[in-house]
Amino acid sequence: MTDPKPMTSRLFPQEVRAINVGLAMFAEAPAAHGATVATLDWRPPAEGDRDIGLLLARLEDDPADPVGRQVADANAAALSRLLGAQPLLVDVRPASEAIGLVGRQLLHSGPPIPWNRMCGPVRGAIVGAILFEGWTSTAAQAEELAESGAIAFAPCHHHATVGPMAGVVSPSMPVVVVENAPGGTRAHATLNEGLGKVLRFGAYDASVLERLRWFRDVLGPTLSATLQASGPIDLRSLTGQALQMGDEGHNRNIASTSLFVRMLAPWIVRTTEATAAASVLDFLRGNDHFFLNLSMAACKSALDAAHGIPGSSVVTAMTRNGVDFGIRLSGTGDRWFTSPVGVPDGLYFPGYGPEDANPDLGDSAITETFGIGGFAMAAAPAIVRFVGGTAADALEFTRLMGRITLGRNPAYALPSLAFAGTPTGIDARRVVDSGIAPVINTGIAHRQAGIGQIGAGIARAPLGCFSEGIRELAASVGLAAGGTVNGHTATARSDR
Amino acid sequence: MIVQARVFRNSYRDSVELMRIAAEIEALGGITRAGLVMATPANREVLQEAGLLAEAALDAGPNDLVVAVAADGEAAAEIALGRAAERLSGADGGTTADAVRTSWRTIAEGIADLGGADVALISTPGTYATAEALKALKRGINVFLFSDNVPIEDEIELKNLAVARDLLLMGPDCGTAILDGVPLGFANAVRRGGIGLIGASGTGLQQVSCLIDRAGAGISQAIGVGGRDLDDRVGGTMMLAALRRLDADPGTRVIVLISKPPGAAVARLVVEMAGSLTTPVVVNFLGGDPAVVREFGLIPARTFEAAANAAAALSLGEPIPDETDADAKADATADAKADVTADAGPHAASAEAIARLQPGQWRIRGLFAGGSLSGEAKLMLGWALGAEAARTHEILDLGDDEYTVGRPHPMIDPRLRNEHIAAAADDPSTAVILLDVVLGYGANADPAGALVPAIRDARQRATQAGRHLVVVASVCGTDADLQGRSSQEAILAAAGVILARSNAQAAGIAAAIAAATGHAGSGRAIGGASDGAGSAGTTATSIGTGPGATL
Repeated sequence: MTDPKPMTSRLFPQEVRAINVGLAMFAEAPAAHGATVATLDWRPPAEGDRDIGLLLARLEDDPADPVGRQVADANAAALSRLLGAQPLLVDVRPASEAIGLVGRQLLHSGPPIPWNRMCGPVRGAIVGAILFEGWTSTAAQAEELAESGAIAFAPCHHHATVGPMAGVVSPSMPVVVVENAPGGTRAHATLNEGLGKVLRFGAYDASVLERLRWFRDVLGPTLSATLQASGPIDLRSLTGQALQMGDEGHNRNIASTSLFVRMLAPWIVRTTEATAAASVLDFLRGNDHFFLNLSMAACKSALDAAHGIPGSSVVTAMTRNGVDFGIRLSGTGDRWFTSPVGVPDGLYFPGYGPEDANPDLGDSAITETFGIGGFAMAAAPAIVRFVGGTAADALEFTRLMGRITLGRNPAYALPSLAFAGTPTGIDARRVVDSGIAPVINTGIAHRQAGIGQIGAGIARAPLGCFSEGIRELAASVGLAAGGTVNGHTATARSDR
Repeated sequence: MIVQARVFRNSYRDSVELMRIAAEIEALGGITRAGLVMATPANREVLQEAGLLAEAALDAGPNDLVVAVAADGEAAAEIALGRAAERLSGADGGTTADAVRTSWRTIAEGIADLGGADVALISTPGTYATAEALKALKRGINVFLFSDNVPIEDEIELKNLAVARDLLLMGPDCGTAILDGVPLGFANAVRRGGIGLIGASGTGLQQVSCLIDRAGAGISQAIGVGGRDLDDRVGGTMMLAALRRLDADPGTRVIVLISKPPGAAVARLVVEMAGSLTTPVVVNFLGGDPAVVREFGLIPARTFEAAANAAAALSLGEPIPDETDADAKADATADAKADVTADAGPHAASAEAIARLQPGQWRIRGLFAGGSLSGEAKLMLGWALGAEAARTHEILDLGDDEYTVGRPHPMIDPRLRNEHIAAAADDPSTAVILLDVVLGYGANADPAGALVPAIRDARQRATQAGRHLVVVASVCGTDADLQGRSSQEAILAAAGVILARSNAQAAGIAAAIAAATGHAGSGRAIGGASDGAGSAGTTATSIGTGPGATL
């Protein structure tokens, strides 16, 4: 005897598609009965913090929920501002003028930090900047001055500025001015000093100060005059080309620097007295990283345009001061979320090793925040040694970063990934949910001031600060940890 | 003896899976003990106490997975650690520390990978399950929530959200479901057909679905709703939603509801709704009042078997068998008599066994892997022997948290139950060991084969002590299951086990044997004096306070 009923019972329109979260063995039965099953490599979100994990779930995109809709809309707006950025290099001006640094004010990289917590290279750079400005005449006096509280320290990020490594900016230093007209933003960065003994690694001997004076008196004014003649330089287009020439925009800048110099050289010669022009061109020829600071300012101008959108979980800054790693989210305003920063995983120059390394340092992770640098490893086969050694490893890193970002930047097409764009718009939710930490290409500074760069490698952003960002973002849209779904919605309403 | 360990950095695995692998490598030659844990402070303590905290594992943290073995020698340890590594990487290929080569990690990624999804199977630790279920529901997919230890407040929220989105939230602690013919969790391979099952009990659903299959009918959908769905606080939310869903399903001609008896208010809600449907509904509120069911024009069924038979008959257009009428069968001894006439085999065997029992042997020891099956057995004993007498017997749900903390579930791993079988055999008052053998996906690959050595050993020890030990079992499964019901039954029969066609029948046989021993504790049917030794035994080994004995 058999059941006469025809098998027409269906809950789902087609063959069953299942997501398996947890025990792998649960995939066997449905798969054996024709279902398609994706078994996740699941791990507890937020490193096992249940409350943050719940907040994440409540912040999910969800058109049927006021919070989920707000976050989705805010992120869409943030992404569109990132992709719509058109950073142009318009000028090079003294920081006093461009940023408005006045009196005894110094900027540094990373999230806020008082003098007594600063790492060696940053302290060295501050001493150098004080000597350069002539506020004291000896290093010992400079340290005393810094210690005394007479100097106002602030992060570069608080002044629409970014600086690599120590990132110290003083009023007389020339800075590049990058304008992103669609976003209504301007961003700044110092001029790159090259390698060896340089202020950004905490060196301040005579050669360092001499170079800074030359920047102030020759390089800065020359570039300014040149740009007035040549007109603004489109940094997005230049970066897009460089990414197809083996740069990733952070640790490798030789293509972009070459393109930049090629573009500017005739104008330098036309506008500048021959000796000065030759010295400027010589300097640019000898500095493979000159474009890094321009790349950073361009990224900053785009990210600032995406900052300040209520409800957005897009990361608008990632930066390190050698002690703390800090991030900002678009939707949480001026708040910094910080975690202790570690030593990068890298390759060292001969004679140096991890024991010499300073914990990760600098605002240059702004490039990864905008989706290049470590996120664009697929573009830079020449430096794959940092990420495992093969071109396939480099592609994997870019794909991996695609899993924590909201979109792709069509202006930055990657030939090795079938011209897919760079992964853009880091979503803090995805970072915390997946535990996939943003990857950052970085130089490694010696922990003692003044020794300089001793290696390069990659760092992974610490996850804790992203979790804290999620907690604050949730509070900002009316969610509180530990409550109920319905309770949250009620709170959200009563808060408005 | 040496202790060796290997650490897998940043590799998360659920403890259940780890215990399965631990059991496997512990069975290897030369290995005395094995531990696979995430190196949380608590787990490190466990390793420490087990003498397994090897030097290599000292710096492991909560995100690191530690495999530790105690072995006779280096070679055995190496083989065991290698096997563990193999098993860990075989699960999904993503266990090494290389974060770049992992598969998808989040529900959103999984959905994108499949181009849309219908259901999420969630079996994470309960602490994290609510968040995963929320993410799935918000993305419009149904949830099969196997995880337990989910707070009831979370369950209420999740179910309300599911109802608002017209989705199913099956669970928490949902063991089984069959959707569009696709088994989820611990399910059996049953024929498709016109009967829709909705159950707040895992093994209850499995038992009903297998008996329907055996009766020649089939399942349209089987929807688990979680053991607390009919709790007053949850209010039967998902059972009501599933009822609406199945009533609207053209492929479902009969619906069966399976649950422990709900509170009066929820029971009324459910039967009212069920009574308003066009589809006939069989109601098995295990131990509940059939009158309220009948009042709303529904068909009450007292046991899983009765529910299966009634539904199969309705589905096949046959008359509903008498046994469904609970009033006519208020006394399970009558049930047992009816069984004798219907199926002489097991009862004939039990009659022979009774004759061989020694004075002082009177007690039933039910050692169950299935929670609902143990519940049904308790009810059967109560009906057959009277509540007070039934309490003197022992029915343990070895799948209960009380027994499974730090140990694999007995449906997966026989070791826990085998220990209890040995202990029961050594107790001179034990007359009958009553077992369930659950087949299907997720269950042990050969549960009968895993039980038989313990059963043989138990019987042999009883024989040496001059006693005869009766073992009664039923196999919950089908021949289409990987383990195969017939072959599993044959393995048990060869070991002298009396086989019943259903759990209810097995419990009935055990009750009849207990009643026949003439012991005072063995039922109202029996008069006369009890023997002194038996009474002393009752006192000495009283099990009345154990959770297993609560009737």
